[in-house]
Amino acid sequence: MPINELVNPSPANAKQVSPNPMNEGLMNPVEGFLRSDRMPHIWCPGCGIGTTVNCFVQALIESKIDLESLALVSGIGCTGRVAGYVKLDSFHTTHGRAIPFATGMKLANPKLNVVVYSGDGDLSAIGGNHLIHAARRNIDLKVICVNNLIYAMTGGQTAPTTPGHATTSTNPYGTFEPAFNLPHLVEAAGAVYVARWTTFHVRQLARSISEAFRKKGFSFIEVISPCPTLYQRRNKMGDGLETMKYYKEKSKTRHGAPTSEVGLTLNGEIVVGKFVDRDRPDYQTMMRAQYAESLGDRYVNEMETEAETECVCG
Amino acid sequence: MKADPHGVLTGTHFIDGDHACCEGALAAGARFAAGYPITPSTEVVERFAARVPMVGGTFIQMEDELAASITLQGAVWGGAKAFTVTSGPGFSLMMEHIGYAAMTETPCVFVDVQRGGPSTGLPTLPAQADMMQARWGSHGDYEIIALCPNSPQECFDLTIKAFNLAEEFRVPVMFMMDEVVGHMTEKVVIPPADEIEVVPRKHTHKSVEDYLPYGTNGDMVPEMAHAGEGYKFHVTGLTHDEKGYPNMTPQTQDKLVRRLQNKVRSATDRIAMFEEEYLDDADVVVVSYGITSRVAQRAIDNARKRGLRVGKLRLITAWPFPENKIRELSEKVKAFVVPELNLGQMVREVERAANGKAKTFAVSHAGGGVHDPEEILRVIAEASRCR
Amino acid sequence: MAKGQIYIVVERCKACGFCVEFCPTKVLALSSAFNSKGYHPPHVIHPEKCSGCNLCGMYCPDFAIYGNKIAGSTTGGKTIAVGGSHES
Repeated sequence: MPINELVNPSPANAKQVSPNPMNEGLMNPVEGFLRSDRMPHIWCPGCGIGTTVNCFVQALIESKIDLESLALVSGIGCTGRVAGYVKLDSFHTTHGRAIPFATGMKLANPKLNVVVYSGDGDLSAIGGNHLIHAARRNIDLKVICVNNLIYAMTGGQTAPTTPGHATTSTNPYGTFEPAFNLPHLVEAAGAVYVARWTTFHVRQLARSISEAFRKKGFSFIEVISPCPTLYQRRNKMGDGLETMKYYKEKSKTRHGAPTSEVGLTLNGEIVVGKFVDRDRPDYQTMMRAQYAESLGDRYVNEMETEAETECVCG
Repeated sequence: MKADPHGVLTGTHFIDGDHACCEGALAAGARFAAGYPITPSTEVVERFAARVPMVGGTFIQMEDELAASITLQGAVWGGAKAFTVTSGPGFSLMMEHIGYAAMTETPCVFVDVQRGGPSTGLPTLPAQADMMQARWGSHGDYEIIALCPNSPQECFDLTIKAFNLAEEFRVPVMFMMDEVVGHMTEKVVIPPADEIEVVPRKHTHKSVEDYLPYGTNGDMVPEMAHAGEGYKFHVTGLTHDEKGYPNMTPQTQDKLVRRLQNKVRSATDRIAMFEEEYLDDADVVVVSYGITSRVAQRAIDNARKRGLRVGKLRLITAWPFPENKIRELSEKVKAFVVPELNLGQMVREVERAANGKAKTFAVSHAGGGVHDPEEILRVIAEASRCR
Repeated sequence: MAKGQIYIVVERCKACGFCVEFCPTKVLALSSAFNSKGYHPPHVIHPEKCSGCNLCGMYCPDFAIYGNKIAGSTTGGKTIAVGGSHES
């Protein structure tokens, strides 16, 4: 029997007979961050969302973020389901409204690190207004936008990010609308950190997420991901693996590239990298400064009122 | 629990309903509001924006009502008592998130200072035509509580009540003002903080291992936790089980949605607040709420002077509708007269509860002003004549 | 001597092939075995080439595989227990 015999079905003791059975390894680092009781997840074979979760977890580990002060907010869609699978304070909200929900949470408890994890349709279509205003205000949020260029959950409809003349279920004869260039949009709106990677760039993505955690202000990380069941299949682009190979082959890292030049085309080059990393005061910093200036010592900084939580809970 | 004195502007004031509502929210412990300007409600948040930096809270004017109605919920889960304020068109935009609050059992208050509708309607003039919308505006089966103040003083007192009910039942509470109540200026007495009863958040004391976000201890209202406390819990608008995990089966749906309904309905008699007068010998009962109740008072008093045996039932709680009170009255009175600043909304509930045992007469008004008491009196007289 | 070892949660695998393709030392291949859903999970074909880099784990969208570096001989084969559920 080969040494590497496949064993067992249970994730709890998932293991393969290792070449050196004396070295029982550590658990998969991602497992401790998952709601294992909800596995397996609903994402399709070859979907990249799970891959982004590995990168997110890697960033959490590497940046040593206090998990008890982290909240994850998602919208509706395939990526929105991330909230239900991670073992964190997680909020699966309404379509397009993860960002305002996250804003309220961050303002009510500034000590929280609030991550928004949602899809391209959720964030840039129905949520577009909130996206640009939060970027404008520079609300201290880390937004991970998994962009599979389609509305996946509902069956493959055109999204504002669907490129070229792709075929979708609501453009069965091919789209004819220009697509959003998301990095360009959020940079123009005011984001202080803008990066794009694909699900092929696992290490770089994890690093970008870590950087975003160290950044104060509105950070936006776009991750191009396959949707093999809908986007890729309808456009005869192969399966998840072929898409990943395309990402590997056709992506070009250009840190600091002008975001106006990073638009996506059908099957074209994908410019990846960290495009924007600038500093400007975040919303709460500006708010406090303004109040302090206008009110002097009449200003009661909301962070000083620890009594608030006692006040609410009795 | 007593109110936090930082938010209580104790004293005698001469302010309008909008301003009084803001003070009520502050007295109740609200330290977060997200809003969007809309006549005739804007003053509530304008005052809040002016007050909170000195009380220790946050106001943010969001980019639209869709945002405002969910931003406040993020703040609630972040640990604050929160509310928003709007009028008809904004109320319509908020409906999805009212449903989200009901489904996730997020305690919060939505203030609707009603104005003429539909659509843009009459921005600066009153109506009471959002009453059914307050109850049924979002999709699906859910329950809310709705209160109707009829004076600036009540705008203060009942806002506190609204927050308290929200915390007790973990529902969104609709505070149904109208343009007249919102913009009329009257004496408002704000008592000292230690005379104001405030209901604290129903926060869990369970350990992280034992806590179930939507588990009930037999009383139908689960205990809450906030983000950042180590519970690592999940909240979703999808049909969910006691762990808060999506569980989309008919069985889970039945259990969840019935509980959401029953937690409020089973307490209807306890939640219901109304003001009664002359009911002992009444033949005809005038059922009214909000500003219309003040006009109706004149009509009732005049009717009494003319010897008509008319009684008054002023609804302070419009939802859950006090069916039992109406049912009980329908056994002894001939008719109900229901004046409203709409073409017939709460009158339908009265009719339904009366179930044919008493007649129901609507005194409708398309909005834009208040009734002439003579109109109401005329219908009272007509109702008195019926068999 | 292998520097790393692989763990596979067979039932979670959906045979997307990412781990096989992106392993830098080509340690894996899809097997002819299949799990209860009918997918062919990967298996280790060149265990000696595994460096324990865990790129397979980073890529796997189903959290079905991970690798780690084998502890050095100084640990004398002591089990590093995490979570208690990894018994042999």
